[in-house]
Amino acid sequence: MNQSTNGRVLPVTDLSLVVLVGASGSGKSTFARRNFKPTEVISSDFCRGLVSDDENDQGATRDAFDVLHYIAGKRLAAGRRTVVDATSVQQDSRRQLIELAKQYDVLPIAIVLDVPEEVCAERNAARTDRADMPRRVIQRHIRELRRSVRRLEREGFRKVHILRGVEDVENATVVTEKRFNDLTHLTGPFDIVGDIHGCASELEALLGKLGYVDGVHPDGRTAVFVGDLVDRGPDSPGVLRRVMSMVKSGQALCVPGNHENKYGRFLKGRKVQHTHGLAETIEQMETESEEFRAEVREFIDGLVSHYVLDGGRLVVCHAGLPEKYHGRTSGRVRSHALYGDTTGETDEFGLPVRYPWAEDYRGRAAVVYGHTPVPEATWLNNTICLDTGAVFGGELTALRWPERELVDVPAEQVWYEPTKPLRTEAPGGHDGRPLDLADVHGRRAVETRHQGRVAVREENAAAALEVMSRFAVDPRLLPYLPPTMAPTATSHIEGYLEHPAEAFAQYKEDGVERVVCEEKHMGSRAVALVCRDAEAARKRFGVDGPTGSLYTRTGRPFFDDESVTETILDRIRTAAGEAGLWDELETDWLLLDAELMPWSLKASGLLRSQYAAVGAASGAVFPGALAALEGAAARGIDVSDLLARQRERASDAAAFTEAYRRYCWTTDGLDGVRLAPFQILAVQGRSLTGLPHDEQLALLDRLVEHDGSGLLQTTRRLYVDTGDPESVQAGVDWWLEMTGRGGEGMVVKPLGAVVRWGSPRSSEAESGGEQGRLVQPGIKCRGREYLRIIYGPEYTRPDNLARLRKRFLNHKRSLAVREYALGLEALDRLAEGEPLWRVHEAVFGVLALESEPVDPRL
Amino acid sequence: MFLTLTTTGSPERPATDLGFLLHKHPEKSQAFSTSYGKAHVLYPEADAERCTAALLLEVDAVALVRRGKGKGRGGAPDAALAQYVNDRPYAASSLLAVALSAVFSSAMRGVCHARPERAAEPLPLRIEVPALPARGGPELVRRLFEPLGWAVTVEPVPLDVQFPEWGDSRYVSLVLESESLTLAEALRHLYVLLPVLDDAKHYWVASDEVDKLLRAGEGWLPGHPEHKLITSRYLSRRWSLTREAMERLELVRLAEADDSEVEDIDNAVEAESETEEKPTPLAVQRRDAIITALKASGAARVLDLGCGQGQLVQALLKDPAFTEIVGVDVSMRALTIAGRRLKLDRMGERQASRVKLFQGSLAYTDKRLAGYDAAVLSEVIEHLDLPRLPALEYAVFGAARPRTVLVTTPNVEYNVRWETLPAGHVRHGDHRFEWTREEFRAWAEAVAERHGYGVEFVPVGLDDPEVGPPTQMAVFLRDVNDEKEAKAA
Repeated sequence: MNQSTNGRVLPVTDLSLVVLVGASGSGKSTFARRNFKPTEVISSDFCRGLVSDDENDQGATRDAFDVLHYIAGKRLAAGRRTVVDATSVQQDSRRQLIELAKQYDVLPIAIVLDVPEEVCAERNAARTDRADMPRRVIQRHIRELRRSVRRLEREGFRKVHILRGVEDVENATVVTEKRFNDLTHLTGPFDIVGDIHGCASELEALLGKLGYVDGVHPDGRTAVFVGDLVDRGPDSPGVLRRVMSMVKSGQALCVPGNHENKYGRFLKGRKVQHTHGLAETIEQMETESEEFRAEVREFIDGLVSHYVLDGGRLVVCHAGLPEKYHGRTSGRVRSHALYGDTTGETDEFGLPVRYPWAEDYRGRAAVVYGHTPVPEATWLNNTICLDTGAVFGGELTALRWPERELVDVPAEQVWYEPTKPLRTEAPGGHDGRPLDLADVHGRRAVETRHQGRVAVREENAAAALEVMSRFAVDPRLLPYLPPTMAPTATSHIEGYLEHPAEAFAQYKEDGVERVVCEEKHMGSRAVALVCRDAEAARKRFGVDGPTGSLYTRTGRPFFDDESVTETILDRIRTAAGEAGLWDELETDWLLLDAELMPWSLKASGLLRSQYAAVGAASGAVFPGALAALEGAAARGIDVSDLLARQRERASDAAAFTEAYRRYCWTTDGLDGVRLAPFQILAVQGRSLTGLPHDEQLALLDRLVEHDGSGLLQTTRRLYVDTGDPESVQAGVDWWLEMTGRGGEGMVVKPLGAVVRWGSPRSSEAESGGEQGRLVQPGIKCRGREYLRIIYGPEYTRPDNLARLRKRFLNHKRSLAVREYALGLEALDRLAEGEPLWRVHEAVFGVLALESEPVDPRL
Repeated sequence: MFLTLTTTGSPERPATDLGFLLHKHPEKSQAFSTSYGKAHVLYPEADAERCTAALLLEVDAVALVRRGKGKGRGGAPDAALAQYVNDRPYAASSLLAVALSAVFSSAMRGVCHARPERAAEPLPLRIEVPALPARGGPELVRRLFEPLGWAVTVEPVPLDVQFPEWGDSRYVSLVLESESLTLAEALRHLYVLLPVLDDAKHYWVASDEVDKLLRAGEGWLPGHPEHKLITSRYLSRRWSLTREAMERLELVRLAEADDSEVEDIDNAVEAESETEEKPTPLAVQRRDAIITALKASGAARVLDLGCGQGQLVQALLKDPAFTEIVGVDVSMRALTIAGRRLKLDRMGERQASRVKLFQGSLAYTDKRLAGYDAAVLSEVIEHLDLPRLPALEYAVFGAARPRTVLVTTPNVEYNVRWETLPAGHVRHGDHRFEWTREEFRAWAEAVAERHGYGVEFVPVGLDDPEVGPPTQMAVFLRDVNDEKEAKAA
């Protein structure tokens, strides 16, 4: 490399398929080694070795090239430059490689090593494995190479470098060139402008509204035009003049639309139909100077099909572009960028039906485009169409990036009659557009902000798919599922399996100083999505009819009857209104985590078939059994131990019956139904999971206070300092008192909500978040009597407790944190207005994890 | 876990002979270890006139659950089926029957060296079982015991006296009285009929169950009017064991997480139909109608969306006109059964290449479903909540877009003709709705209109002049200009 100062410099695009062409012994491998990364180079000899254990086994050539093409395909699909080290002197072998490059939409580049026959022969002779290669093989190679050289460009190579002679080869240096469409280094900020179609006056108005003064933005913003500057409208030359000058002075970027493209062909003298408004442009341009027309021709000719901007976060093109084409370079990509994709069908107006590519779009880059006139610019799956039909009397629209704000000006008049009315609806319509199975199916890893990648196993995803498909509410109304919660570490206090002392101690150890103890309600977990009205539900969640949803921890609706759900939602809505929460939280919807009571409302099947059944059987059997033992004892037979044991069992069974009965009360319609919200999960644009629990509860207290219907119930709580023994004792006493009266127990949570291990307060955790693991978001401490429902009526007997204390909490704890991270992720994605599939992916993950094997009693 | 046996006597034939017959001394309390806990035999009363033996089994519920320890992660019991809250410690279940045969094995065989003549003759007997799980209720209890010469007094036990609206539990309190049976016969009746009456969940099974049944049933079972029911229920425990092995534990856990019963969620395959069922004539007619319509459409590559246990796939495979048959279902359990039915693992390569089964869901679009000639949705739509139907509509008609789509669904008007179906009931527990002919037409025509299909309706089964056919079928055909496009492409 150091002596290459006077050698040739060969530009090679960063994403391309480089084909080395040269006879055996021409020095291809050495050249490749010197100029490319070792992993970029695939040699046919190596692939021969892979399939046949012999790098020179010509019989293995076909299989070897299959392998080579396969590896090259994988690399190109991943966006990695690939160098093929094979002789490639025959046209047929090159044709296959050009096909491969086209398949992955990368540039094929040829580098020819034309080295004299003698040199090749000499080099081969020096290699033991090639010493017996006949001279005529090299002669044939060189003959074929010489024949090929002139037609390489015609074959489809977009760049051809020919190195003649040993010296030329040895001194040449490869330099990597960026693709034209790669402007990832530009970070804007940008103002992306939709289809203008000759509406020069509207363009000036919009630029003015955006803050441009004579094409220059005082804050250094860059305009980006999505194309279709010309045709149909009143002043295409004016638009061109403005845009071209801005591009020229570096104030703007521009991608071509299909209309420029066609006009460009016209300017080059090609035969095109003067339809769809082209006639107007031609006419307007006739009064312009020849010089200007030449400038326009040059400008159009130099336009790049699409741009990747802002570190890869933004893609701008005319007609939309699937992710696999981002940053790629091929005729297909250009045509896609200009014309979009069609289904092959035609609609009732005789126009081609456009393929709804945005519905399929799953890329992380936002795609901003135009081309298809729509009545309103709206985001779909991180894509947005800015063509709001200015020339048809709509608006001229721009998007501010990265602010994602829309700015528009109305058309001054209808400049051109549309062929058909503007519609946003994709096939299937607003209602019927479901998610794609590929978003949830199979083994997956969900990327989360708080816990990195969370893996979902295939069998768990399969179970979740069944439950989600058959039982869950509409995914648009299911933006969250609650995570499972781990119990406190097992207690060794006599008579107890769980006790709050361990929970306080654990948080203290985790560095959490202040915790809240929240009463555990005796009901079923419920999530309520409450919209302010049907219009808000339609606008934000895309549903027509329901004003929200009320669902269980696996996403099933609580009530079969939708009107019952609506009544409950209405009561919450009214209370929120009375409490002034809509305005205070600046939102049209609330997502609440809550407990719905009584438990018997939902779990009546389970209660009857399992709990009440056990109560009934024990109630029926003990009177007779005890009487028999008492009879035997009266006869002087020694059954005292057995009798004592049976009396104890009878009383345990009675205690069990009392325990489950507390969860049952008769309801009539909604009379007797209670809802105790304990967290506001999210509102418009914000996840509230980071809000400290005392502030949360204060908001919810107001909600409950303002409920006139008797539905809402408050959550009792106590705050504890984990480092203060007196405070801890107060927490224990509170729990003892509550569970002594038959309460289910309590949940202990870090006051600061989302907290990481070892960080005293959540605010600090936010800043230094990466270092620590998430601590348990909550720890449940279940009451001694309540646990009879879980571990059986007789679990409190010392020998039973001794065995039950051997329980393993680690998997449950890990599961709780993983589900928690997924839940937070779903809410963050929801708050940021990410596409439905992104929210659903995380929600689905929670459901899938719920089917992992973990002791169900924990 | 508790029962008593009482006999009466006289000074000549003292009731206390029961002690000899049972091989258990009336003046002692004896304990025996069994695999599920300790069994105790004691006599609350024992004199010449009246003698009562009590059998009490102390079931160790914790051990029942922990038996499976080590299977799950962290040593947790894996199967959610094992519950600490369990009626086994209280109810006279199959566990009590096992204890009975272990503790009174000689008496069950009628062996009594001390009083051989008494063992062979009938004696007055009164058996009390205060908590007997009885699937089928008091009525079945009578049908099982009365033909054997018992006078039966059976009272249902209420689920919870505080909640009378919950009704009766599955337990009864049973008193059997007879003067015409030997003790051995009585014990063998209990040994067989307790598990028969018990609910389906078990924690034990032995490999020689059939032999045991034959031995215990000798002399009374073959002539019993309910012998078929007794045999199938007694042996069904084997099947339920297989069922457990097949259980999708993931689904069980999701049910548990939601405080639901497993059956509420894991119900894609009906329990009864797991054994080789006789297809109902209507199912056969439906399949014939579907195949006829498919043949008429000229379809070769066919999707069976919601293929269930694969009956239609199996029928299609028999016709070489169908070159590719894809069965899709959301239930992994259904797919497993379908795979077994089709004997996929033993099928020849050529046949196997014609058929594919995979999990899918019509609540999502699915690229794998694009490009087929026809799709069948047979008795599928009614298993979806109505608000979720637009998603299915788009997945099938908007995204997959096969040329032909067949949809069958029950005609609710016909339900009045089902004699066994109570008025106002749907035909299947999981049906979220059943439509009239008009409702179905309205839906199908709107779908066709929205997605560029034409639609026709075909009755399946006897077309009743008043209420129509039991099943209604819509045949959707993609519009002609669309066809041309497809051919051109």
